[in-house]
Amino acid sequence: MNIKSVLAASTAVMLAGPVMAEPTVEVLHWWTSGSEAQSVAVLQEQFKAEGGTWTDMPVAGGGGDAAMTALRARVLSGNAPTAVQLKGPAIQEWYEETGLADISAVAEENNWADVLPAQIAEHMKCEGQWCAAPVNVHRVNWLWGNKQILDDNGIEMPTTWDEFNAAAEKLQAAGITPLAHGGQSWQDATIFETVVLGLGGPEFFQKALIDLDPEALNSDTMKQVFDEMRIIRGYVDDNFSGRDWNLATAMVMNGEAAFQIMGDWAKGEFLAAGKEPGTDFVCAQTPGTGFLYNVDSFAFFELDGEEKQQGQALLAKLIMGPEFQKTFNLNKGSIPARTDIALDDFDSCAVESNKAMTAGAQNGSLLPSFAHGMALRGAQAGAITDVVTAHFNSDMSSDDAVQQLVDAVANSM
Amino acid sequence: MEWLERNVPKMVLAPSFVAIMIFVYGFIAWTAWISFTKSRLMPKYDLDGIGQYNRLFAAPRWDVAMNNLFIFGGLFIVISMIIGLALAIFLDQKIRAEGVLRTIYLYPMALSLIVTGTAWKWILNPGLGIQETVRGWGFESFTFDWIIRPEMAIYTIVLAAVWQASGFVMALFLAGLRSVDGEIIRAAQVDGIPTHRIYSAIIIPTMAPIFLSAFIVLAHLAIKAFDLVIALTGGGPGYATDLPATYMYAMAFSRGDLGQAASSAMIMMMVIFAIVVPYLYSELRPRRDQ
Repeated sequence: MNIKSVLAASTAVMLAGPVMAEPTVEVLHWWTSGSEAQSVAVLQEQFKAEGGTWTDMPVAGGGGDAAMTALRARVLSGNAPTAVQLKGPAIQEWYEETGLADISAVAEENNWADVLPAQIAEHMKCEGQWCAAPVNVHRVNWLWGNKQILDDNGIEMPTTWDEFNAAAEKLQAAGITPLAHGGQSWQDATIFETVVLGLGGPEFFQKALIDLDPEALNSDTMKQVFDEMRIIRGYVDDNFSGRDWNLATAMVMNGEAAFQIMGDWAKGEFLAAGKEPGTDFVCAQTPGTGFLYNVDSFAFFELDGEEKQQGQALLAKLIMGPEFQKTFNLNKGSIPARTDIALDDFDSCAVESNKAMTAGAQNGSLLPSFAHGMALRGAQAGAITDVVTAHFNSDMSSDDAVQQLVDAVANSM
Repeated sequence: MEWLERNVPKMVLAPSFVAIMIFVYGFIAWTAWISFTKSRLMPKYDLDGIGQYNRLFAAPRWDVAMNNLFIFGGLFIVISMIIGLALAIFLDQKIRAEGVLRTIYLYPMALSLIVTGTAWKWILNPGLGIQETVRGWGFESFTFDWIIRPEMAIYTIVLAAVWQASGFVMALFLAGLRSVDGEIIRAAQVDGIPTHRIYSAIIIPTMAPIFLSAFIVLAHLAIKAFDLVIALTGGGPGYATDLPATYMYAMAFSRGDLGQAASSAMIMMMVIFAIVVPYLYSELRPRRDQ
């Protein structure tokens, strides 16, 4: 009997009512901060309410690096956890290295294919079978603005990078720091990818940062992107080196800076400080069109033991359940991965995010974020980030940067 | 009985010997093996030649890391030794409250490098630390922003590391100064030789072994420097203050590129060998002059 039929059978048994073995899961994740930990607790309670046993294995630190190290140790010692927080191409990479459990039975029964945007559903599949369940969708290409400052200086949220530059010049002349930014390489990469999307458009983004097409990497458009990065470097304050993203958000909040380019986790900071979208701060997509997503998800390792396989099936079902998708994302500031959830309780930025996601799914501008490990595997993403951050933090010319970019990508293969 | 007497020492040492063979040399061999494979996320064991080393030497970031190691290592060792020696000589002048001063100079060594790094990060931050303070005194044009300038940031790491290690080097040298035979010094004083000549011609040459020990201790501190960089600059701005150790960490733990991490670790080990082997050789060879 193969795993698929075991799963199908066990799911059927579960739905029938009397459960023979108690579903158990051990969940390795790095959601340890306040709101995230609360969100996981919700999932845990739902799981227990369905009669399961949940063993929590939170590993804090390093934006998941520590958890990944723990995962590697567990897998090497032949003791893989039942469920792991994994995302993007790392899911497929792990599938190739060790194999992941097939959860197609759950997915098909609950019609995941119908309620997920096709692009995001693709990330959850390994060679055609479902192997992961998405939790949320973060939009990365957000531009946050301080309403007060913008109104005082008569500035609208910019829709092109030229407008952004003009607005920044105006702010600088008025003695205000135009852009709050933290000089950490992933933050530099976040700005970079929004500029690539804005100046090159979704098609160019796809070619350059997903397909790694050497022609696109070596193009004039890429040169313009680096030119714009150099201009943006002039809009940040002197103390930006090493600043954490939430401190940069606080600068916008406190009126020390006008804009920040950051994913919608920044909204959580605004809301936690009691700021209202539209009156205290404004959100808009970064200049250009498109939707860069950063999707958190859980993957399941192939394990023996009926109770573990039942646990995986139950967990997958709950993660994609409308109830959890709503509660979790209200806490975390992101939007549900399911497109069929009413957003009445969500704020205006989230509603706009959801609209853009639906539109992007249809016109092909729904794209994975490179800076947050959704578009590329670690080695390639790291190589690009190195060039971007080296260029941003020095006086490297755009020509040199493009050349280095091409070399670094070739060297990382 | 006799057999026991001969073999008990061996039996007592055996477990630790085995442990060292496995956990030090065994893992070095394992790392060397991995460095010749295409390992990415998980170790793979099919040999693949020197591809990882080619990739390593083609990476501009690795060049920066190695350059930084030489700048940081060289300056850190030289400056720490000069300051340490100067402090030791001043403290050796039979001054009052020597014990208190010695403790004060030694204290930085008691701090974790993470604490040192974090404290210096604030001190050097242009908006919070020295620059802001001096500007507050009225010197509006005073600028001290090394930590945010890619070409200068590595020197801030030298600064913090020297601050941390100088007191320790001082203690080493002080012990060395005290071990010089007092008779010789008194004889020199009787002959009317000036103090600076006594130091440069008699005391310092007899302290040569102490210099070597201090050098070895500082050199290995420099090569394995990791926590200070992480706390002080996080490798930034960009990757301007990356060292081989931080490069290796990034490859192994953030990027899922075990092959790169292993090959960079091997190069680091070779750099250490290049320093330690001549030292061991000079220490272990039979002395002909005795």
